[in-house]
Amino acid sequence: MSKQTFYHALQVDEDQCIACARCMKSCPTEAIRVVDGHATISEHRCVDCGNCFKVCPVKAIYIKQDDFDRIFDYKCRVALVPAVFLGQFAEDIPASRVYSVLKEIGFTHVFEVESAVQIFAQAKNQYAIEGLGEKPLISSFCPAIVRLIQVRFPSLVDNIIPVKAPVDIVAKYAYKTLVERGVPRKDIGLFYISPCAAKVAAVKSPVGEEKSMVDGIINMDELYNRVQKKMKELGKNYTVPGFSMARLSSDAVLSTLTNGERRLCLAKHSLAIDEIHNVTEFLEKVENEEIEDIEFLELRACDQSCAGGVLLCQNRFLISECMYARARKIAERERNGETTNDSKLDAERDFLLQDVRVSAVKPRSMLALDEDVSKALEKMEKIQKIKAKLPQIDCGVCGSPSCNALAEDIVCRNASLERCVFMNNAQDPEMKDIWGEEKFKK
Amino acid sequence: MHFEYKVIEGDFVNAGIASSSVKKTLKQLNIPPAIIKRVVVALYEAEVNAIAHACGGTVTADIDSDKIRLVVADKGPGIPDIDLAMQEGYSTARPEVRDMGFGAGMGLPNIKNNVDKLNVQSTVGVGTTVEMEVNFN
Ligand SMILES: Nc1ncnc2c1ncn2[C@@H]1O[C@H](COP(=O)(O)OP(=O)(O)OP(=O)(O)O)[C@@H](O)[C@H]1O
Ligand code: SF4
Ligand code: SF4
Ligand SMILES: [Mg+2]
Repeated sequence: MSKQTFYHALQVDEDQCIACARCMKSCPTEAIRVVDGHATISEHRCVDCGNCFKVCPVKAIYIKQDDFDRIFDYKCRVALVPAVFLGQFAEDIPASRVYSVLKEIGFTHVFEVESAVQIFAQAKNQYAIEGLGEKPLISSFCPAIVRLIQVRFPSLVDNIIPVKAPVDIVAKYAYKTLVERGVPRKDIGLFYISPCAAKVAAVKSPVGEEKSMVDGIINMDELYNRVQKKMKELGKNYTVPGFSMARLSSDAVLSTLTNGERRLCLAKHSLAIDEIHNVTEFLEKVENEEIEDIEFLELRACDQSCAGGVLLCQNRFLISECMYARARKIAERERNGETTNDSKLDAERDFLLQDVRVSAVKPRSMLALDEDVSKALEKMEKIQKIKAKLPQIDCGVCGSPSCNALAEDIVCRNASLERCVFMNNAQDPEMKDIWGEEKFKK
Repeated sequence: MHFEYKVIEGDFVNAGIASSSVKKTLKQLNIPPAIIKRVVVALYEAEVNAIAHACGGTVTADIDSDKIRLVVADKGPGIPDIDLAMQEGYSTARPEVRDMGFGAGMGLPNIKNNVDKLNVQSTVGVGTTVEMEVNFN
């Protein structure tokens, strides 16, 4: 068990929290407890999936970001924009118009993150061709999945393909391009527009890398609101005069949706799975070696992948459909021979592939009860005895997400059995009417 | 620590329940992942055999600080020639079992490769008991 701390993007505003326990019940890694009248998130267990953020009724959970005005610390203010951002705007609003508005609100340059998707795909395919890693190989694209594997499936860390994320590839490209145009390094500020908590955490503390080149993070919901407001001011048809931009390829537009990476991978047998519970169920099987023949797994924490990112402001199915519509239009132009943005990065392929691999992902299991096996065994025996007494209805009134979690909290984190309201009210005849005599004979 | 599980004949849907549960327990005990993997693979194969070739059975797991002992016991048809059954590729799996992706005749050899101690006892018409031990260091 590592005692190191990890950067987490998800935070609880204790003053806002009404202690309703919704977040605790939604957490797929049982990282949340309610104590002292508010929720707390365990940094060892949290994988930054953002489920708690979604269910909180009073917005007491927030995602740390950088102050928007920090962009003005730089002369050259670069927005690194993921394709799903556009998916929130009506299909007939072209990318150039949205990016024009980004310039009006303060950015000087826009780079699309997915223009790095072909390089990212090549790096992964190359890793597979060299026969490295354990099969099935797992994409490192979704940081919540990488963290889920580190904490819950430590035996699968060597299945993760250790390559840079598209945002880090495009950051490197942006830097090079601007420096070559004569912009001094210190004037360049790279700001990533994040669709989720996991990407924020990954940029702030990258797995397998020292430090990201990205200088700051802006949450996508905040930027979306700013852009909408500005668009209203400027009128719907506003475009910076003379502003033109090569487009992403249709493959790139679709790459962060479910099946998007899988389409670009060379493996004969591959699978795409979205939504963290679905992923967990499948990883159990992979860990048991029940899965044969599958060579590559695209795993995403959100339902509908990044279209379902917690910082997006539209319905995930509509975003996904909008992106398919945009991709279809682009595909038509591609058939007519129009070149796309990805080909510009293509010219820098060798440079970008040079250091695309990062060091191996390390396990950081949260499951161990104790580092010492005998002590862990002792604790487990105690837990087993307490479990047998608890009602197994997982009501959460004790402040732990399940009866089993309370049993663990009693043994490992000095909670007390008195927290169980069910046991405290065992003498109440009403309770027996509801739950039956049997339930109390423990 | 002692754990018990039931394995039900023909219930392929729930094959792996015992191995998943044992796996979670070993993770909580901070056993190295490589050793957990060996335990899980061996137990899973034995579980599937009890489901596919016998009429279900029981799994017991006894864990102490330096090893795990697993016993998978069934009251099925038994194995007439254990040495033969232990050979790679030997299988009597029925066609419907093969259709589910089992029946390569690799189960028992795979168990042997993953455990530190293996003892298969079987009497035709009475049943089969597979005892396995894996050391933690
Ligand atoms: N519990 C059992 N009861 C009766 N026969 C068994 C039992 N376990 C194994 N056998 C016999 O031993 C043979 C070999 O078993 P083994 O697990 O090695 O291969 P398999 O189950 O046939 O195929 P695979 O395990 O590769 O899917 C089986 O085909 C079966 O005839
Ligand atoms: S969901 Fe969690 S953070 Fe939000 S109010 Fe309820 S307990 Fe507090
Ligand atoms: S699926 Fe996409 S949006 Fe969701 S957590 Fe993963 S990277 Fe973030
Ligand atoms: Mg078998």
